[in-house]
Amino acid sequence: MSSLAVQAQFEAALTPMGAELVGALGVEAQVAFGELTLVAPRERIVEVMTGLRDRFGFQQLLDLCGADYPDREERFEIVYHLLSLTRNARVRVKVVTDEVQPVPTVSEVYPSAGWFEREAYDMYGVIFSGHPDMRRLLTDYGFEGHPLRKDFPMSGYVEVRYDEEQKRVVYEPVKLTQEFRTFDFLSPWEGADYPAPVLPGDEKAGVKG
Amino acid sequence: MADGAPVTAPVNGAIDPFEDMPVDHRTDHAKAMDDRKFTINFGPQHPAAHGVLRLVLELDGEIVERVDPHIGLLHRGTEKLMEARTYLQNVPYLDRLDYVAPMNQEHAFCLAIEKLLGVEVPYRAQLIRVLYSEIGRIGNHLLNATMQAMDVGALTPPLWGHEEREKLMVFYERACGARLHANYFRPGGVHQDLPMDLIDDIGRWCLEFPKALADIESLVTENRIFKQRNVDIGVVSKEQALAWGFTGVMLRGSDIAWDLRKSQPYECYAELEFDVPVGKNGDCWDRYLCRIEEMKQSVRIMEQCIHKLRNCPGEPVMIEDNKIVPPRRGEMKRSMESLIHHFKLYTEGFKTPEGEVYASVEAPKGEFGIYLVSDGTNKPYRVKISAPGFRHLQAMDWMNRGHQLADVSAILGSLDIVFGEVDR
Repeated sequence: MSSLAVQAQFEAALTPMGAELVGALGVEAQVAFGELTLVAPRERIVEVMTGLRDRFGFQQLLDLCGADYPDREERFEIVYHLLSLTRNARVRVKVVTDEVQPVPTVSEVYPSAGWFEREAYDMYGVIFSGHPDMRRLLTDYGFEGHPLRKDFPMSGYVEVRYDEEQKRVVYEPVKLTQEFRTFDFLSPWEGADYPAPVLPGDEKAGVKG
Repeated sequence: MADGAPVTAPVNGAIDPFEDMPVDHRTDHAKAMDDRKFTINFGPQHPAAHGVLRLVLELDGEIVERVDPHIGLLHRGTEKLMEARTYLQNVPYLDRLDYVAPMNQEHAFCLAIEKLLGVEVPYRAQLIRVLYSEIGRIGNHLLNATMQAMDVGALTPPLWGHEEREKLMVFYERACGARLHANYFRPGGVHQDLPMDLIDDIGRWCLEFPKALADIESLVTENRIFKQRNVDIGVVSKEQALAWGFTGVMLRGSDIAWDLRKSQPYECYAELEFDVPVGKNGDCWDRYLCRIEEMKQSVRIMEQCIHKLRNCPGEPVMIEDNKIVPPRRGEMKRSMESLIHHFKLYTEGFKTPEGEVYASVEAPKGEFGIYLVSDGTNKPYRVKISAPGFRHLQAMDWMNRGHQLADVSAILGSLDIVFGEVDR
């Protein structure tokens, strides 16, 4: 069977399941790309996750991560990926938050959330209330900032080197020998629907002399 | 007594229960100073730490009371880097995660992109992908199972394991030109077709390998020391395995028959015959046995793939859509259209429809998932790499509590950790 047919089959099975979950848990549901996504209110996330685990058989939390959308009023999304071995189904649960609103921890429901929440805190600065061990996880000891936020520069702020005179590793501000360059290469020609000017130099088109 | 404390005689002729205890001649001060509890650092430069793991162990004598893994020493910000590159440029980053089985990671990323684009990979490409996924699985298990033996003191098994692994690396090299960082699976198929003699050589290796594996097994499996160090060590119950998000061998070792290749088959796994081995006790030895048996099953899968590959020579290994897949070099030299497509794909790249997908594969270490958010441009908006090693390493604390210090390396060995994917 082709993967597209499998996907269609999944979607057919997920739609009633989504409706069931909406009714039982009071969440919003949508099906896209053969996957079920639930959007839950932040303060009820522990209740929703407990319900998914105990009443709907989603035994495993396989992933928890943040995502940053700076244009939104509440810029962060926390995304949970659950797996049910008995139903052979997956579900994605989302909540939204910002820099100051804490998200209740789900590490009581799924112990595997412990490190994932630490990682999300480290990378995005989202606070998880009630977490037993809210330390940074992946970044350096004494690191400042939250690197996966969209406004954090790709090159970071500090770099390290071994200093021969002080006989230790020292931290210094990043010095780039060449300006950091990004090219998006996005074509302005395909399906053009954009306000002018788009390309650098377009503004010269109307200027005489 | 040195501190002059009087020894009271038992009254009424009662038997002193501490009578036969050796007399402790130390002062009270010395006794107070002799706190049996202490904290040690394990790693980050320790050969049994499997890379750059720093464990802070709190010990009571030789008994482990708490383990605090400090990870992130190999954190390279892969997810951040991937947000600034096109889909095609991102594929090599996946090789650098679990560098023991690189193609399995690429596979998950390609599946995620293909899900977004809604494309179907040609049959021959599916066979090649499955063939190389299984090569990766055997290579990974060869390394891990024998390294687990080295963690408890045996030196010969990893040498023998590496001998076979080296042959698999050559198969990698002959397919894609690189021994480790393959960049071979591409969105829409695989980069190039396999030459016929390579398929023959892999087929020949499949016949020879069971003998080599039997040799390794004769060294390790029933070895008295290996069993003393692994049986009943690091026992994981079914409930614990589920709650802590274990996947792959860590789950199957605890008697849960769950394998994504069977339960949610991707590519052409549905039409291939293989068995899923499970352990009964969930200890380190069972996990070792699962890995050994999985290698035998992978050889079975490879043999079926080779048979099917011989039946479809010359069929396409990439989809034909030049809006996603660059044209062949030869066409590029002749056709203007191909030249334009080639240029556009290697500068701008292809765009994916807006949306979010999660795709996962049964990587050798467990479920390796990619959560991909696309905003409709040529670069991913957000990529989350869900690595099995990350979830498994988290369990170090409760798995080690109450064990001896020497068991830490045995348990760590059975978790199958590679820091490329834990730290990302």
